[in-house]
Amino acid sequence: MSAAAEAAFFGAKVMIVDSDLRLGGQLIKQTHKFFGSAFERAGTRGFVISDMLLDELKGYGDRVETYTNCTALGYYKDDGVVSCMEGEENYFKVLPKKILVATGAQERLIPFPNNDLPGVYGAGAVQTLMNVYGVVPGKRILMVGAGNIGLIVSYQLLQAGVEVAAIVEAMPRIGGYWVHAAKVRRLGVPILLEHSIKEALGKDVVEGAIIQQISPGCGFIGEEIHVDCDVICMAVGLNPTCELLWQAGCEMKYIPQLCGHVAIRDRSMRTTNPNVWVAGDAAGIEEASSAMVEGRIAGLSMAHELGYVEDKEYREKSALYWERLNALRNGEASAKIREGIAQVLMESSGGMER
Amino acid sequence: MELIREHPVLEFRHGRLVKFTFEGREMEGFEGEPIAMALHANGIRVYRETPEMKRPRGFFCAIGKCSSCFMVVDGVPNVRTCITPLKEGMRIEVQRGKGKIKLNHEGDPK
Ligand SMILES: Cc1cc2nc3c(=O)[nH]c(=O)nc-3n(C[C@H](O)[C@H](O)[C@H](O)COP(=O)(O)OP(=O)(O)OC[C@H]3O[C@@H](n4cnc5c(N)ncnc54)[C@H](O)[C@@H]3O)c2cc1C
Ligand code: FES
Repeated sequence: MSAAAEAAFFGAKVMIVDSDLRLGGQLIKQTHKFFGSAFERAGTRGFVISDMLLDELKGYGDRVETYTNCTALGYYKDDGVVSCMEGEENYFKVLPKKILVATGAQERLIPFPNNDLPGVYGAGAVQTLMNVYGVVPGKRILMVGAGNIGLIVSYQLLQAGVEVAAIVEAMPRIGGYWVHAAKVRRLGVPILLEHSIKEALGKDVVEGAIIQQISPGCGFIGEEIHVDCDVICMAVGLNPTCELLWQAGCEMKYIPQLCGHVAIRDRSMRTTNPNVWVAGDAAGIEEASSAMVEGRIAGLSMAHELGYVEDKEYREKSALYWERLNALRNGEASAKIREGIAQVLMESSGGMER
Repeated sequence: MELIREHPVLEFRHGRLVKFTFEGREMEGFEGEPIAMALHANGIRVYRETPEMKRPRGFFCAIGKCSSCFMVVDGVPNVRTCITPLKEGMRIEVQRGKGKIKLNHEGDPK
């Protein structure tokens, strides 16, 4: 949405396709006030940021065309055609001049017996149920993972009136911010460090879980603890969604700090396929604030390539966005991100065919 | 339906209430909201049975990525119910196995 707004601002025509029923990605599920910088609207609730972006897009009228419930399925490298599917049956093809892949991320699952039982849900799915559609996800939830997502979703569950039995975390420390951890602890939810799920129980649906202490290198130790729950919420991390980038022949690299395979890109977020840009979680798992700035950078660059932006203005605006991006990645918590980015960023576009 | 009635931050605005069937049973849900969410609100969690091991599956990702929520909707198999909007009168069934895809042209494979 940020890239579309940026490109449309300069006069480019934009087509957005999104498989979800509304635009906004993860943002529409976020009820908490965002961290980040004031530029990127920190302190504002996620779904409100999404509404603001929608309003911005509406301001560009016909220049921005949106297709929801529409999935980009394939990229044909020979001629640059993208095939899309609206709903489940209607296929069509598009030949865009420039393409941005901002497909976000996919939830990880960890192996344990019965991890396929209905009731083992990704954290994003639980958020969709309760925060977007107002459906009670379950009676009693076991949260797996105490990173920011596990902590925030636990808090959101409590807000929705759902009991959280416990949060288990394999690491000896909490991965998310302390403020979030303190909030759920104050509301009486135990956070069990060095604990993990051993097995989901139930025949047709989740009826409980067994959790146990783990010791590094030795696996499960101590006594098995039986947890009464009807939903097991997995908040064990995300992987960038990168299928279209592979199809487009973009040079990819496995970067653990960015949580998976990501495309090599230059400072304009352009990949090694000169017609394909990348931004947001698809370019490496980070945050909405940086995803939005990356989107701006990509949108600006695509509009520039199409001749809508003067060179001088392009350079100035791009420098400004990079300043914001660097400010966001400045903190101690972003050390990992900085390491990851350093491995995929081509300082100049010299190595690329144009 | 199991809906959140009170929320400190959110106000839910649902669409029109419509009728649909699940395995022949009549149910109600909100038009335009994903089928999977409507079923969950009606207490339904098993959406599919796997082809080989015959294991029950519900949804997992709710963003159309994992195939866990495939069901047969109005006779069409492999529908990602987590991102397919509910319509009045829809016939929704548990998908057993792979589902048979309707072909536009059917020839003799032999
Ligand atoms: C619980 C939680 C709390 C968070 N809190 C914060 C916070 O406080 N501050 C912060 O800065 N960040 C936060 N984040 C992170 C933030 O939400 C993400 O980093 C951000 O949303 C990434 O944006 P994106 O546009 O890259 O991806 P997404 O928001 O995931 O959007 C990707 C979109 O692409 C669509 N899509 C995917 N594949 C296709 C395809 N093939 N065809 C068509 N459409 C497709 C999807 O439907 C989706 O709408 C949080 C995340 C979570 C889960
Ligand atoms: S739940 Fe993953 S595709 Fe629907």
